[in-house]
Amino acid sequence: MAPILRLEGVTKRFGGLVAVDNVSFEVQPGEVFALIGPNGAGKTTLFNCITGIYKPSLGKVTFQDRDLTGSLPHRTAKAGIARTFQNIRLFEYMSALDNVRLGHHCRMHAKLWDSLFKTPLETREERQVIEHSMELLKLVELDNVADSYARNLAYGQQRRLEIARALATDPKLLLLDEPAAGFTPQEKVELMELVQVILDRGITVFLIEHDMRVVMQASKRIVVLDHGEKIAEGTPAEVRNNQRVIEAYLGKSA
Amino acid sequence: MSRLRGFIRSNARNPNAIAYALMLVAALFYPAIVQFANGGNGDYLVGLAADGGVYVLMAIGLNVVVGFAGLLDLGYAAFFAIGSYTYAEVASYHLGVTPIGHALHVPFWLALFVGMFIAAVAGALLGAPTLRLRGDYLAIVTLGFGEIVPIVFRNGGIWTGGVPGISALDQPTLPGWIQGPWIGQALAWVPDFRLNSGNLTAYYVLMMVLIALSVVIVHNLYNSRLGRAWMAVREDETAAAASGVNTVSIKLLAFSIGAATSGFAGAFYGAKLSYVSSENFGFTVSVTVLAMVVLGGMGNIPGAMLGGFVLYFILYWLLPNAPQQVESLTTAVGLGSLNAATPGGWPGIATEVANSKFLIFGLILVGIMLLRPQGLLPSQVRKQELTHSAHEAVAAPRQLQ
Repeated sequence: MAPILRLEGVTKRFGGLVAVDNVSFEVQPGEVFALIGPNGAGKTTLFNCITGIYKPSLGKVTFQDRDLTGSLPHRTAKAGIARTFQNIRLFEYMSALDNVRLGHHCRMHAKLWDSLFKTPLETREERQVIEHSMELLKLVELDNVADSYARNLAYGQQRRLEIARALATDPKLLLLDEPAAGFTPQEKVELMELVQVILDRGITVFLIEHDMRVVMQASKRIVVLDHGEKIAEGTPAEVRNNQRVIEAYLGKSA
Repeated sequence: MSRLRGFIRSNARNPNAIAYALMLVAALFYPAIVQFANGGNGDYLVGLAADGGVYVLMAIGLNVVVGFAGLLDLGYAAFFAIGSYTYAEVASYHLGVTPIGHALHVPFWLALFVGMFIAAVAGALLGAPTLRLRGDYLAIVTLGFGEIVPIVFRNGGIWTGGVPGISALDQPTLPGWIQGPWIGQALAWVPDFRLNSGNLTAYYVLMMVLIALSVVIVHNLYNSRLGRAWMAVREDETAAAASGVNTVSIKLLAFSIGAATSGFAGAFYGAKLSYVSSENFGFTVSVTVLAMVVLGGMGNIPGAMLGGFVLYFILYWLLPNAPQQVESLTTAVGLGSLNAATPGGWPGIATEVANSKFLIFGLILVGIMLLRPQGLLPSQVRKQELTHSAHEAVAAPRQLQ
């Protein structure tokens, strides 16, 4: 099967610092793909290169056979890549419902004219978007707090709301940046169930995660980054026994 | 009837609905009240409110830029000027004296929209290169633009009439108008009605209708996908972009819509005065409109409107009348000796008050902001932000970042 996402020699430099160094891999459709590595390994930078927040210094990003290298964030979103952020970035003074409604923005058809004069098309579309947003909120079990400001939600709820907002863009590929950070074991189990539901909707999941148990259980394949370089790729079992990975995490044994 | 009652009940606790209702009532009865209170000589006050309406229109437009999208625009008067001058060019004898040699007399209503369109284009042209800038940088660029535009018009030579500007613009016309006993005339339909200083009530009514229309339109925008996108961009540009919002084009749209409103107001203003001059579009205008928005309640349409009317009346009615009022007050309390100038350098109370007009204006502004930092009629979001920042020490107001 053709890969849904392909990275070829992606490199990102900030001045003299090489944050991501010549990284290549492929993500297959329908799988859970994980990116792991110690702090500062360049994982989030790589996510930013994929979603267009950064423009890669070198290399190529291909999504569903389309070259997305250095395309702007709203274009990658429209192409079908959605993401969440490591340090939650919700619209704090918008309601949970409005956060998810905003996620529909790039799939809506109302033009300026429709918005100015509230045409029937606009009214109908808004109604559909509200319905769909409520469905997504139900999916992440937030339908009972739809009217609360995002900033007033509990931490775990905010993480789930971010996922709902990302799903609202109708993605083919969902990038989750440390979705289980700060979660209790119970919340982690629920998150993994949610990931399964997302997979069942035909969305490929690509996640960064620190919790090895979550990663090993959930993902089919793993790429390991260290100091911006790819040091290993394979199934959880392969990666776990890889000497370089063990060194990267635990240091060289004397 | 039950529907109406349901509507009233569901909005009875919504401060914005109440504000709209009160403003509507006030707008409807204002002419009758001032005429009655002044024994039929209230025309001046009716005209004043209509002139204030021009500023209210601008406040509604600037509220889209500053309040909704969070873009600090310090050169808003530039678009007001562009709208006015556009009207002056296309609806007066002026082009006849330029090398073109042929005057244009575009009909009033069409010319208004020409002014609006040209201002919107100017907004897009200024916005396209500058809206990549954030916060303070954008403010400086717009400040520069606001300074440049009047200077260009002043130095435009024969094309813009130079320092004296352009006069004898075509006056507003309406296809028809109903006259009646409320302005002391017999009930009659007047076709091809010309607005001028002799029928200020008609001018007032027209202004209020235009304001009402623009409120409906801006309200629609606010509740549409565009309004949501503006809010999202204001809160977190990166997250908005990652959620599929084209941040540059959405900001550009806010900027252009603001410019269009200002241009429309400018065209109307020029038509009413029948005269434009670059003197009328300085930095003071930009700052006054910004103060109206901030003072009224940034991000809230009725707030911006209220701020507009309040500041306009302070500036153009309260302060000009203050010296005279103070003089009669001192006389009434037996301090009439203060009224006369003395050789010792005391200029007399009236002159003193007139001289400190802007000091008083400043004190009023500071006073309102101290008493109601969130504005007279704040948006819910703004209110929340301020209470949160008071309790949790959140950094600077997000709107201006």
